[in-house]
Amino acid sequence: MNGDDAIRAEGLAKHFGPVVALRDVSIRLGRGEILGLIGDNGAGKSTLIKILTGFHQPDAGQLFLDGEPVTLRSVSDARQRGIETVYQDLALINDLPVFLNMSLKRELTHRKTPFLDKRAMRTLARERLSEMAIRIPSIDTDVALLSGGQRQAIAVARAVFSDAKVILLDEPLAAMGVKESLVILDLIREVKRRGDVSVIMIAHNYAQIVDVCDRVNLLQHGRITYDRAVGSTSVQELTELIASEYRQRGISHDDPAPR
Amino acid sequence: MTESIEQGDVNRIPVESPPGPVKSFAFAASDLIARRREASIAFVAVVLFVYFAASTPAFMGVDNMRVISQYTASVAILAIAEAMLLISGEIDLSLGHIYAMTPFLMYFGTEAGLPLPVAVVLALLGAGVVGLLNGIMTVATGVPSFITTLGMLFFLQGFTLTISDGFPKNAPEDGISDILGGARFAGFIWAAVVMVLVHILLVNTRWGIYTVATGGNPVGAREAGIQVKRIKVGNFVLAAMLAGFTGISEAIRVTSIDPLAGGSNLMFLGIAAAVIGGTALAGGSGTVIGAFLGAVVLGVLRDGLIVKGISSFTYNIILGIFIIASMFLNAAANHLRIRMRKFA
Repeated sequence: MNGDDAIRAEGLAKHFGPVVALRDVSIRLGRGEILGLIGDNGAGKSTLIKILTGFHQPDAGQLFLDGEPVTLRSVSDARQRGIETVYQDLALINDLPVFLNMSLKRELTHRKTPFLDKRAMRTLARERLSEMAIRIPSIDTDVALLSGGQRQAIAVARAVFSDAKVILLDEPLAAMGVKESLVILDLIREVKRRGDVSVIMIAHNYAQIVDVCDRVNLLQHGRITYDRAVGSTSVQELTELIASEYRQRGISHDDPAPR
Repeated sequence: MTESIEQGDVNRIPVESPPGPVKSFAFAASDLIARRREASIAFVAVVLFVYFAASTPAFMGVDNMRVISQYTASVAILAIAEAMLLISGEIDLSLGHIYAMTPFLMYFGTEAGLPLPVAVVLALLGAGVVGLLNGIMTVATGVPSFITTLGMLFFLQGFTLTISDGFPKNAPEDGISDILGGARFAGFIWAAVVMVLVHILLVNTRWGIYTVATGGNPVGAREAGIQVKRIKVGNFVLAAMLAGFTGISEAIRVTSIDPLAGGSNLMFLGIAAAVIGGTALAGGSGTVIGAFLGAVVLGVLRDGLIVKGISSFTYNIILGIFIIASMFLNAAANHLRIRMRKFA
């Protein structure tokens, strides 16, 4: 079973000075699986994601990719190993057209010259967007002119087509309307249908998690406290989990309130 | 969990309606606004040209064209240099003093017995080192380039006056003098060549789009794996070498190397031309052709007013109005882009 995991972490710990962000996190993500990661603000979700993308180095613990122990030295190291992240800010360049954003850092050039082959990149971007059923007015439109959902879709599509094995989605549905959320959820289903990519998705909307994920993990105070297939849980249960933590915090004082 | 997928598929709604004619029109309009900066500044240049040509017979003479080309050449190259830096989110206030220093480096090279071409190359490398220092100081410390290059401005001013003892020197002459700047229109032709090359660099190479990305979204560019510091430093070096080159070209044209040539005034004219040409001071957007055309507009304006016998004071008044007006235009265009987004 473990050998089949696209990514696995054991006993991850990370502190920043006196602040303990992660205590002892063990997490696994199967191939082709979509894992929802939930947790209150300050629970350590961002730190965990940043360790998985090579941005932070863990103080303790071990990462495994496809069962092999690895150390991710940097973001580009992680990317080369097939871990791609869609950050909340999407890392899109407003002043560049869609097709250049789609191929950012993977530009195609005319053979043996440093000059960009824009026609090939346009064709490629058009193919990929239609493959993912993403509709935008024009491939030449500056990204600044697109809606939030369209921007998110382009960022996800870029990650999917980067030969990534693992895609980390950091709150892909934040600040998005109902219709746009549906577009992105469809897109994530499309990723799942393709089957070759695994996804960890941070989200606050439990209905969406239950809708699209295979499994859900709850991160609390730097630990994974809940790990269940979505089939055996419900929106009510997930909501209750977080709510009970909030209520307990009211009485207990030995746990410093997260930022 | 398969249940939930099927459920989702049942609820699946069309991704987005295909763009109707209204949307297409809105997009065409906003795209035009996004890209029309070059067109509008070209239009202004043509209007000014036609106006002066019609109102002043002497304006169209070859000699006067030469004067315009001389006014334009250095400003255009500095504008292109500043445009690349502004697009990458930086600025270099010391370019006018690199412009003054570099011909002295060439001069000391020839004095030491080096052939002129070698002296020119070494001088340009010297200019590049200054750009490298500007860039490294800026990206390593996080101090805004406005400050680091302001320091460099004063340093170079003193440095150039020191190495020259404060006196102009005769420019060295050689077979390549004509090519560098001695021949008629040489400076202008160089400016046009620089425009074409840097335009290709900006629009058709990785370096160019990484420059846009670095200035437009520094965090996003870094997350995408672009080495934004390297891009910035590289553009500082490029800008410094361009400034040094046009300094040499101009010194050879006037056959004299003046420690007080160029300076802050020329540098600010370069920035003004870049801004008039549609380059945003905030970074992320700008055009090389626009910067060149901005310099042409300034050159035509300056020359035309002189030919018409209007005081040079007026030129500065008009220049000031031009800069402010083009900033308003930039802001209005951005505002329109944001409004257009709602139709998207």
